[in-house]
Amino acid sequence: NKLASQLSVVPIQFGQINPVPSSSAIPSQESLLTSSSLPTSLPFASSQPVPLPFPMSHGTTTLAFLFQGGVLAAADTRSSCSGLVACPASQKILPIHSHLVGTTSGTSADCALWKRILSRELRLYQLRHGRRLSTSGAAKLLSHMLHPFKGTELCVAATLCGWDGGELFYVCSDGTRLQGKLFSVGSGSPYAYSILDQGVQWGLTVAEATSIAREAVFRATYRDAYSGNCVDIYHITSKGWTRRRREDLKEDSKKSEAN
Amino acid sequence: MISAQAFGDPGKMKDYHYTGPVEHRFSPYAYNGGTVLAVAGDDFAIVASDTRLSEGYSIHSRDSPKCYKLTDTTVLGCSGFHGDCLTLTKIIDARLKMYKHSNNKTMTSGAIAAMLSTILYSRRFFPYYVYNIIGGLDEEGKGAVYSFDPVGSYQRDTYKAGGSASAMLQPLLDNQIGFKNMEGVQHVPLTQEKAVQLVKDVFISAAERDVYTGDALRVCIITKEGLKEQTVPLRKD
Repeated sequence: NKLASQLSVVPIQFGQINPVPSSSAIPSQESLLTSSSLPTSLPFASSQPVPLPFPMSHGTTTLAFLFQGGVLAAADTRSSCSGLVACPASQKILPIHSHLVGTTSGTSADCALWKRILSRELRLYQLRHGRRLSTSGAAKLLSHMLHPFKGTELCVAATLCGWDGGELFYVCSDGTRLQGKLFSVGSGSPYAYSILDQGVQWGLTVAEATSIAREAVFRATYRDAYSGNCVDIYHITSKGWTRRRREDLKEDSKKSEAN
Repeated sequence: MISAQAFGDPGKMKDYHYTGPVEHRFSPYAYNGGTVLAVAGDDFAIVASDTRLSEGYSIHSRDSPKCYKLTDTTVLGCSGFHGDCLTLTKIIDARLKMYKHSNNKTMTSGAIAAMLSTILYSRRFFPYYVYNIIGGLDEEGKGAVYSFDPVGSYQRDTYKAGGSASAMLQPLLDNQIGFKNMEGVQHVPLTQEKAVQLVKDVFISAAERDVYTGDALRVCIITKEGLKEQTVPLRKD
């Protein structure tokens, strides 16, 4: 009865990203209720890989960098499936909790589910040890969780952007875990790197950093076939993450065609 | 579309000459075709599917609809491999009952969508070959559509087509419901009558051009009054 009334007051929001950013300091009561009483098993790797009759979704441009105003993460929104655009409006930057955001690249299902598992494990860590795990710890946790699946066809390449000292980590399903100041991941990353390497410095203002990130994603979508549609930008500070309104890059490409 | 891509390079002519004995592994998957479509309105949702069950060059059944009622406010459409569709719907029904017994309430569409995502991902390395689309009403009574890929990646949409004719139908829906790729057009919200008519027209077009879609169309309309079903005949050839 108590559980039922709790559920009606705080509806469980699984996997749906709230467009309204949460500013609570701790992942709230909702994530406590998300761990169900039924066994949610992690996927087991079968010994004989079965050839799949369908392609998985891949291909993207994501980037993140540190600057004096915090951490900025940006990504395109095209989810492609070997030639077909499966979704032109997908979410590639997923909030893990109020002060940690992860960009996703690789197979969409793998990234979405592993981020969700990471959120659950971070919340459990907090309950068991009474303190929030740092970005470095979260990255290590993700890396260790993915390790048993090394050699399988799991494909997750995430950058974790957190504000506890402003840290940026790149974690990949092949076992890589790197700390850095600037990362770009995905098929469009070479194009994004060229814009970022020339423009990103520590002393940027928030507006300048946003415009560089947007330009980098736009240039990548311009040249890379597997990136496109809109750009999502998230800004993480000590108060939490905020999300910029999603913008369609069609208008930008019309302007650059006219030039 | 996707099944054709699995055989040989698309766009290149295959050379037919004997290269030696080729070992064919048993494939646990089969492709049974079918198209599913879902549209969400302000206070309604529509889930529609054709009823043809095919395999290769044969038609197994002309009366095998792909919409499955889960609750009074949620319908699941699944197309792909029929064996996996049947098992998946059985598992979902069982999980719905378990939830009802332990939580004393029916699962909402959003909760069903999240649960389906974890069910699909639990078979990440031997996936259910099913393209799912859930249509229903959310807690506020607004229409909701959730579309999935075979391994559990999902998101909420306003409209989505899945299955064999999805690549043909999705651009048409983008244009007619999303008003995309048109300049200077008034964005009129979709009424239920207009949506049902659009769904029927869209399936008639799909049946013309896709061999795996046809025979009949089953439309399920979900409103707060409940579920209504209509069956419309399509091309049988």
